[in-house]
Amino acid sequence: MKLPLSWINEFVQIDDIPVVEVARLLTAAGLEIDDIRFAGLPLPDRDDHGFKVSGIAWDKEKIVVAEIRAVNPHPNADRLTLCELFDGEKLHTVLTGAPNLHPYKGQGTLPQPIKVAYAKEGATIYDGHAEGLSLTTLKRAKIRGVESYSMVCSEKELGISEEHEGVIFLDEDAQAGTPLTDYMGDAVLEISILPNHARNTSVMGIARELAALTGRQMKKPQSPLQTGGEAIGGRLHIRIGDPALNSRFMAGLIRGVTMRPSPYWVQRRLRLCGMRPISNIVDATNYTMLEIGQPLHAFDHSILQQRAAGTPITILTRTATPGETLLTLDGVTRKLTETNVLVCDEHGALSLAGVMGGAESEINDHTADILLEAAAWNFINIRKTANQHNLPSEASYRFSRGVHPSLAEEGLRRCLYWMQQWSGGQIAPDTVDEYPQPPHTPTIHITSQDIRRALGIQIPLPQAKTLLEGLEFQCEIRSSEVETLVVTPPPFRMDIGEGITGIADVMEEIARLYGYDNIPETRLADPLPPQRGNPSLEAEEKIRNLLAGLGLQEVITYRMTSPEVEAKLLPSNLPTPHTEYVRLANPIAPEKRVLRRSLLASLLGIAEKNNRLRETLALFEIGAIYLPQTGDLPAEPRRLAISLSGKRYPNGWDEKPAAKLDFYDLKGILEALFGVLHLNITYAPAENPTYHPGKCAAVKMAETTLGVFGELHPLVQENYDFSAPMLAADLDLEAILHALPGGYPLQAVSEYPPIYEDIALIVEEDTPAEKVEALIRQTGGKMLEEVRLFDVFRGEQIGAGKKSLAYALVYRSPEGTLTDKDSAQIRNRIVRRLENETGAKLRS
Amino acid sequence: MLQKLAQIEEEALAALANIQDEAALEAWRIANMGRSAPVMSVFSQMGALSKEERPLVGQRANQVKLAIESAFAQKAEEVKQAALQKSLASERLDVTLPGRPLRQGRLHPATQNLRRILSILGEMGFQVYTSREVESDEYNFQLLNIPPYHPAREMQDTFYIETGVTEEAERQVLRTHTSPGQIRAMRQFAAENPPNPPEIRIALPGMVYRFEQITSRSEVQFNQVEGLVVGKNITFGDLKGTLAEFVRRMFGRSAKTRFRASYFPFTEPSAEMDVECFVCGGKGCGVCKKSGWLEILGCGMVHPTVLQNGGYDPAVYSGFAFGMGPERQLMLRHKITDIRYLWGNDMRFLEQF
Repeated sequence: MKLPLSWINEFVQIDDIPVVEVARLLTAAGLEIDDIRFAGLPLPDRDDHGFKVSGIAWDKEKIVVAEIRAVNPHPNADRLTLCELFDGEKLHTVLTGAPNLHPYKGQGTLPQPIKVAYAKEGATIYDGHAEGLSLTTLKRAKIRGVESYSMVCSEKELGISEEHEGVIFLDEDAQAGTPLTDYMGDAVLEISILPNHARNTSVMGIARELAALTGRQMKKPQSPLQTGGEAIGGRLHIRIGDPALNSRFMAGLIRGVTMRPSPYWVQRRLRLCGMRPISNIVDATNYTMLEIGQPLHAFDHSILQQRAAGTPITILTRTATPGETLLTLDGVTRKLTETNVLVCDEHGALSLAGVMGGAESEINDHTADILLEAAAWNFINIRKTANQHNLPSEASYRFSRGVHPSLAEEGLRRCLYWMQQWSGGQIAPDTVDEYPQPPHTPTIHITSQDIRRALGIQIPLPQAKTLLEGLEFQCEIRSSEVETLVVTPPPFRMDIGEGITGIADVMEEIARLYGYDNIPETRLADPLPPQRGNPSLEAEEKIRNLLAGLGLQEVITYRMTSPEVEAKLLPSNLPTPHTEYVRLANPIAPEKRVLRRSLLASLLGIAEKNNRLRETLALFEIGAIYLPQTGDLPAEPRRLAISLSGKRYPNGWDEKPAAKLDFYDLKGILEALFGVLHLNITYAPAENPTYHPGKCAAVKMAETTLGVFGELHPLVQENYDFSAPMLAADLDLEAILHALPGGYPLQAVSEYPPIYEDIALIVEEDTPAEKVEALIRQTGGKMLEEVRLFDVFRGEQIGAGKKSLAYALVYRSPEGTLTDKDSAQIRNRIVRRLENETGAKLRS
Repeated sequence: MLQKLAQIEEEALAALANIQDEAALEAWRIANMGRSAPVMSVFSQMGALSKEERPLVGQRANQVKLAIESAFAQKAEEVKQAALQKSLASERLDVTLPGRPLRQGRLHPATQNLRRILSILGEMGFQVYTSREVESDEYNFQLLNIPPYHPAREMQDTFYIETGVTEEAERQVLRTHTSPGQIRAMRQFAAENPPNPPEIRIALPGMVYRFEQITSRSEVQFNQVEGLVVGKNITFGDLKGTLAEFVRRMFGRSAKTRFRASYFPFTEPSAEMDVECFVCGGKGCGVCKKSGWLEILGCGMVHPTVLQNGGYDPAVYSGFAFGMGPERQLMLRHKITDIRYLWGNDMRFLEQF
């Protein structure tokens, strides 16, 4: 919301306070100033005030009010005129091309001089012909043979608005020679209105806040009306269909208005607020809305009379019937729904309530009698309707935040007043008011203990009373057992609740006015609650640390993806399986239309993106996937994905090129991870369409599969742009966390010397190494401290279809020194067992 | 004989003086200290000497033997030192050559930053509570005092889940803030002892979602950390004190804070907390847009309706809550100008942390 300071100043005197201080006061109280645009007033001389500032100041000497006494033709150019202009000191001939001066050309001395804004030589103003805003300083020049050094200004040139169709015609009261900034210098505050500040969407609202914040008196507007003519009671009936949607409908009548442009000062203020002046009647409704906060709608009374054909006019408000349409005043035929509330007469819809008027009953250049509507509408309903028809407007901006029905009266009166001021006419002596259910006004009881409890400070009740009265709360201190402040919110407020909510609402007002900065900081005195920890998150973070320690880079990817991205995990020759996704109803892009089901797919996307950037990519991510569940919120289990590809280690300057990472590198990482986590994991060959059938393993703990890893299937690898074989793991983090042991036993460290021995066993190619090792460990028992596979050999010497597995064994007893005889015994047992169970032969 | 011994000593020591390397030294040792060394032959000829001469010559021969041995030990040390010096000189490296590269793993900057915040909050007694990301409209909005079509919904552009349900109140959403976790936590804890629920001091971190176009300044997903304190004596002063302390730990002991009135449906009174710009120290710079202050978090006293919805009687309990965007802080601190770097995961970005 944009408001000029000059307007606020009419309601509370603030012109002696620096503009940035006004902005600071409002911002601290929750009315954040986004921007201050100067249109005439001097800009702040320091720039450490913390606000975004734009606009220009009008030099007192060089930009003044002047009067044009005659408009003469230019000797060499039809489109230019030469104005005889008096600037309060002397006469000038000023060259202009303003189209709105042309009608006066060649009339000689004007009977009534035209008051204008005049920029002298050396004045700095905006360049009216340039795109956007660029400053220019007026210099002496010859234009088509006539000397020019000064200018009659448009609004754009003075930074008031974008308007550059003609020069400003000031109102009659402007005196030639007055510095323009003294006459109408201004600054416009752009204020963000929080949802609970609906009452402050007006000049009066902001002025009231400033009055309360500065302790100054607010000046209420006076709107004396001249009334006469026939009463409208009895000739106009109002029927409200649903008071929940339309809590009040008031109407007044002004007869015999003259349609013309509003006074310049009104037009200027509307433009400063970002609105377009239309005519004195329309402007009066907008001006009043900005001033008081009550949106109004003007109907052409004679059209309603014609429709009623001699009978009294009946205004009714109701929801639209399905299929109903309305031609709104922007010329669009709107298809209505049952949500939309309409203002109708007995012959049909007149306007889309609170949002936009209908074309038929719209006022036009010949309208003489105005039926003025001031109503209150349900804010949620207006919000829906405005969104549905994409009709944001200043009226719906206010109605959709909530306009209290009590404002209708003041708004109607004020608007009629302005109409009469600007257009003449006679106001009917009465109004018609349908107000079936005035909202309940809460009463809130507050003790100083309540204030201490909420804010932590001692504010005496009389001080709280004074603060609240600044915002027009009615307050009374009652002394019984406990002194109580009885608070009644002012009639225009809809945001104050009752009971304990009401107390919180009032506390906020007390705190705001007292100043948040004045409330001292305290340390929590309440007992420290039970410290529960979060073991699951701690374990997750431990796994992150371990993986980073193992040389993997953590990434965090988008949760939103597309089924196509995830389908890349399958060979393209397989049919795409039907997968249920958690789908977004309003995705920002097709490639982000579902929530991921595969963490690995996201991770491989990142690996692909970085493929050309690094020789080695070792990545991991921990995060949720999203699985739809019928009739319930989706499951969000956490997964762990790893991707690994490229060189085993980065090449140094003195080494042979490193080999490419393979299956066993990834397995090594997993073994290290599970080792530190004390998980007893086994690995089994697995089949999974994502992975190479011979290079894929399942990670198992007892009977639970924790996940799968391996080298990507060549056909899957083809789906990506990877320059080396890609190793990948996709693990169920929830299952891993679930399996973590609470503790683990330690082995005593033996003091006795070890015996080292290497044995090589020849086994069939398809005998899993894991089985061989398990048998060695089992058979070796506690005397066998360590088993390490250090060589796998295949060759003619041992025969085709066989492999030799060489193990380094460490024998050691916790109880005494082993002899060679002891170790030979154990070894023989191991070899015998392996011969029996796997057909292994000791290689000599 | 004595004369011979003097000659043996003199010749041996003279030969030793010329020796430079270990091989020559070893040859000298064998020649002068071995079994057939001249001094040894003197010992073997002792039998031929008279009874009177024998002790004199014996004594003298021992002296010569010891002198030779001691001279050898000294020379051996010299030769060893010389050899070491030579070898050290020859093994000089170019210490400016790069070290052998390792594969360095790192945590994502968002993780590092989140941990820092949670660790500070943890020291202040805030326990981490995590909750789900796809939420019901009820938990994300209604129980937080945001009824359907409430204007506050416009403050948070929402992603909706396709469920076939169109009634706003029944829809599923991607959580727009971590606040639904406040209700979940309160309800969980209150259920432990409904007549007298335990006090709460928790931090709620996690990814939240907003329906926005992805640009250098806006993202569809980002982390949020909220704090919730509920107890029987919690005041707005406590809120200010706790958050000011958090800020001092996070941004340095001299960090100043400022509280402005604001609005959140789930707190009242509500405030925005600004921190004096840590880039320019409040003087005004590009990061704080010349204001000297950075908007860091929103906060307020928990709204009575929210306490009620969580199972805490607002007549007995009060509390405060706050919420911040860790990625925003990260960006401010490292002067990251494009938020897309975070989930873009370009190694050239990630490897700088």
